[in-house]
Amino acid sequence: MSVLRPLDKQPGLNTATILLVGTEDALLQQLADSMLKEDCASELKVHLARSLPLPSNVNRPRIDLIVFVVNLHSKYSLRNVEESLRHVDATFFLGKVGFLATGAGRESHCSIHRNTVVRLAHTYRSPLLFCDLEVRIAWAQGKGSQSTMGVSRTLLRGSSSA
Amino acid sequence: MDETLVEFIKRTILKIPMTEMMTILKAWNFLSEKQLQTVNFRQRKESLVQDLVLLCEEKRASVHDAALLDIIYTQFHRHQKVWDVFQMSKEPGDDIDLFDMEQFKSSFVKILQRALKNVTVSFRDAEENAVWIRIAWGTQYRKPNQYKPIYVVYYSQTPYAFTSSCQLKSNIPLLGQALTVASKHHKIVKMDLRSRYLDSLKAIVFKQYNRTFETHNSTTPLQERTLELDIHMDSRIIHENRVEKERVQRVTQETFGDYPQPRLEFAQYKLETKFKSDFNGDILAERKEPLRCLIKFSSPHLLEALKALAPAGIADAPLSPLLTCIPNKGMNYFKIRDK
Repeated sequence: MSVLRPLDKQPGLNTATILLVGTEDALLQQLADSMLKEDCASELKVHLARSLPLPSNVNRPRIDLIVFVVNLHSKYSLRNVEESLRHVDATFFLGKVGFLATGAGRESHCSIHRNTVVRLAHTYRSPLLFCDLEVRIAWAQGKGSQSTMGVSRTLLRGSSSA
Repeated sequence: MDETLVEFIKRTILKIPMTEMMTILKAWNFLSEKQLQTVNFRQRKESLVQDLVLLCEEKRASVHDAALLDIIYTQFHRHQKVWDVFQMSKEPGDDIDLFDMEQFKSSFVKILQRALKNVTVSFRDAEENAVWIRIAWGTQYRKPNQYKPIYVVYYSQTPYAFTSSCQLKSNIPLLGQALTVASKHHKIVKMDLRSRYLDSLKAIVFKQYNRTFETHNSTTPLQERTLELDIHMDSRIIHENRVEKERVQRVTQETFGDYPQPRLEFAQYKLETKFKSDFNGDILAERKEPLRCLIKFSSPHLLEALKALAPAGIADAPLSPLLTCIPNKGMNYFKIRDK
């Protein structure tokens, strides 16, 4: 069974690799685009994956941060993230994993209760951000309005390697 | 002129938006160019309508003239009605008669008038051998209600007729009978297909939506498309599941094709099936009777939305055949029972 381990490869010189995992490709693409526009201390690369495990026959750099994206409007996306979490080694959760719950602004469309994701993040001891990537103005938990740029900024600063 | 008729003409003209007024009046062709020139089209709508109604009174407009205007308005605003589809059939042994439009019209009117003394029937020919029929229903003792008419669009070279959903449902069997007999068919059946978009219903029923030709080289255009995607993408973004993405694109294209989908607003599934559950001892699973449940999918453009589901990552590809069979089967109402 292929499991992602944080330290099984040598780190690249002055590079950082972020892996975004989520079912909705368009949202991941949008988030990746705005992350790359941000200033980053190292050279940033973003990998987009629908789910884990990743295809095994590919030569890829060491992954420094995994962000699991859950769309609160879709139980399907939550189930996908829950399945993917099984393929991540426990040591990854020492500061190299984050959860992003999008669609938080439109309460009427949410089919996943906020507490479900809060509990999930708590179980895995990892930070959780609420946002709405599909709307121009997004909210990060308790912080007022931020755009997708703000979300990416928060993610980049919060990750322990970038 | 009859007061009720004047009122009806006034209300019909009032419905017409100012931007379309000239076009519709010209299509109606009841008021002459000279008469229209005497009217000031830049005044307020209420005054314009009053002037036009006066002209109609001068020219002694009849109920049929007014009905024709109503048909033209509806032709321009067909999306305001919800259309049902009826399919007629002949007996296997029947002769294939040449269709005579005039005979159809007179036969149709006769059948309706024989059953209901008071009924207003108007016809307007359209392209593709189609005829728009407007029927205002009355009873033996009451004059026809011009404000609740039913419209039928019959394509004479086909066994299909489209009718606007009518509030007065009791007259539908009579309408069906009149259509069947006048067009020399034997039986009429209502299809499980309904939408506001008459042109889309036509495309589905006449199988005109599928305009691409099947070729064996269907993989080549797909490769070109993925190459296009690469050029626009930042090289610092890597898609891990590219193979899966391509598979989803391919399956979606095979199911839905490259052409624009006909427009429907909903699909409705009536389930009468036994409840299936993974848990043992579930109360619902023990029921002997089937569970009744109604599922409705709504969208401004349902088929395009379904087509976008798998590529957007909201559903697995291939989609359930219950969803993808809609244009092929010409149905958007389904009844599902246990086999």
